Amino acid sequence: MYLHHSVILAQAAEPATKAAAPVTPLIIIVAYLGLLLGLALFSGRLFRGTSKDYFVASHSIGPFMLLMSVFGTTMTAFALVGSTGKAFQKGVGTYGLMASSSGLVHAACFFLIGIKVWAIAKRHGYVTQIQFFRNRFESSNLGYLLFPILVLLVIPYLLIGVIGSYRVLGPMTSGMFPSLFPATGPLDGSVPPWIIGLVICGVVLAYIFAGGSRAAAWANTFQTLVFMAMGVLAFIIISNALGGLGAAIEQANPAHLVRTPTEMGIQAPSGAFEREVGIPPLQFLTYMFIPLSVGMFPHLFQHWLTAKSAKSFKLTVIAHPLCIMVVWVPCVLIGLWATGVFTPNALDNWPPPVVTIMSGAEDAGVGKVLSVVIKFLVANPILVGLVTAGILAAIMSSLDSQFLCLGTIFTNDVVLHNQPEGKFSDKQIVLIARGFVVAVVLLTYVLSLVLKDVQNVFDLAIWSFSGFAALTSLVFCALFWKGATKAGAYACVIAVAVSWFYFFAKAGWGGEYTVFSSAERSDEGVMPVAICFFLGLIAMIVVSLFTKKPSQETIRKFFP
Amino acid sequence: MPITWVVTQSLQRSSESLSETEMKFGIIAVAFVVLAILHQDVWNWDNANLVFGFVPVGLAYHAAYSIAAAIFWAFVSKFAWPSKLEAWADGEEAN
Repeated sequence: MYLHHSVILAQAAEPATKAAAPVTPLIIIVAYLGLLLGLALFSGRLFRGTSKDYFVASHSIGPFMLLMSVFGTTMTAFALVGSTGKAFQKGVGTYGLMASSSGLVHAACFFLIGIKVWAIAKRHGYVTQIQFFRNRFESSNLGYLLFPILVLLVIPYLLIGVIGSYRVLGPMTSGMFPSLFPATGPLDGSVPPWIIGLVICGVVLAYIFAGGSRAAAWANTFQTLVFMAMGVLAFIIISNALGGLGAAIEQANPAHLVRTPTEMGIQAPSGAFEREVGIPPLQFLTYMFIPLSVGMFPHLFQHWLTAKSAKSFKLTVIAHPLCIMVVWVPCVLIGLWATGVFTPNALDNWPPPVVTIMSGAEDAGVGKVLSVVIKFLVANPILVGLVTAGILAAIMSSLDSQFLCLGTIFTNDVVLHNQPEGKFSDKQIVLIARGFVVAVVLLTYVLSLVLKDVQNVFDLAIWSFSGFAALTSLVFCALFWKGATKAGAYACVIAVAVSWFYFFAKAGWGGEYTVFSSAERSDEGVMPVAICFFLGLIAMIVVSLFTKKPSQETIRKFFP
Repeated sequence: MPITWVVTQSLQRSSESLSETEMKFGIIAVAFVVLAILHQDVWNWDNANLVFGFVPVGLAYHAAYSIAAAIFWAFVSKFAWPSKLEAWADGEEAN
């Protein structure tokens, strides 16, 4: 089996060095992007021209589109690319760590927070999270405190998407244009990041600019169906390439089939080192706090508000865990299979990208595993193109909502806040929002090019999620505790921000980090998010108990 | 006085004093906590057996867990749906 893989990989790698690689996968991706743009621009024709339609689609999205847009937004590049890479790195525990817990906790957030937020926002006309908190806690300044925190937490999340597209399309297009884009190393002849970013950001910008929230919902529905289908397709074609489901798992590294923490020795050209495999129990337990992040994602908040009715949430609440399963189980299995394909003691036999993955730092190249497996194990360029389009769909279905949401909060919480009603016409408001969306897209594009070589970009996602998850105590108390006060809200936000920043610094500004871990293994402690969450909750409760309660009018407004 | 009688009486008293909504919320909360505990499946930590010949036990268990979570939320949606909230959101009074 091992020899068989070596031959396949050697054959697959050969054309890249001798002649230009076939461009069929790229043609499929361009066709996909064209189709997406066409569909989204068509949906833009349904745009009613009002700011309410631009921001929250006039509360008109039904159950199926709500499920698809919420699920597509929640599942980032990490769902396909990161899950495969993490399973390749840590093993079978990846699914329990990140997916099954999300099935339970995400649905809880949609049920407990989403529906109530939708009802309150619809009744009182809110279109952003900050408007909700300002009114609930009777404090304009709370918005100014929350605004930079939310924006700073969304930006790394945005960058993950764009940089993720570089890491997928770079290896996939390597060898396609050797004379046009010559480069040294494995990415010789590949489409450069500045073009990839320009196209991806350009396509998303085009439909968000045209149709706002409604276009995002249509595009997300299409993208979610595509990436779910392509994940399953990748699973089938890769398992066939490995000789079937049974044969594929039989050749996997045994240490990756259990959650027991172990060390795996790697013999790299740069020297021998050890890779941590398995999931320590304390990390597994406290990782359950990460999915709480959906309770505070501003872009998800905006998607909730697009719902036609509370009943629209039913399908999302019930089917979300199943959708996660459909996407994650195949990807985790592919990651496990890859541990048998790319064995740690034979790096000389593998094509350059695989050597980069296996011999790099702990997390280097983890995001490239799926694309490398597909490119070097599946010889069919059409399938390579289809699966890569699926990965891009997962990336872009989050990007659009995040771009739109930042444009929305800049417009409503900064420009329009404190302005007399009627100062701006509805058309002017839409124009301002579009201007901010363009600015956010440009900023993201430039930042992604500057930071594209940061190794642990996927770990930044966990820090972003951790910040949002810890802040969920704020929205939970705002919705379910009449006694939650303005001072309590400030205390909660400050406690979360300070503790998060402390742990972020301790982690070396973005690396994997757990609290109370041993010197031998960095991931066997408590996830910082659990501590930040409880500090925020305790601060909210203690301070609220001793400070001025909200007015009766506010209580009536928020507690029907 | 037998201990079972005391427990039964106190349960009866508590169920009488709780409203139907509170009872529902209590049952859902308990079920949620049970599911959260079941998520830890410490008994599978070292198990490398394969289910259906190709899915490691650690993955098969959590895939089944995802299905159980969906069933749980289907029950919650059926029996504890906040229907009054929708009427209130549309501008009709809930009471």
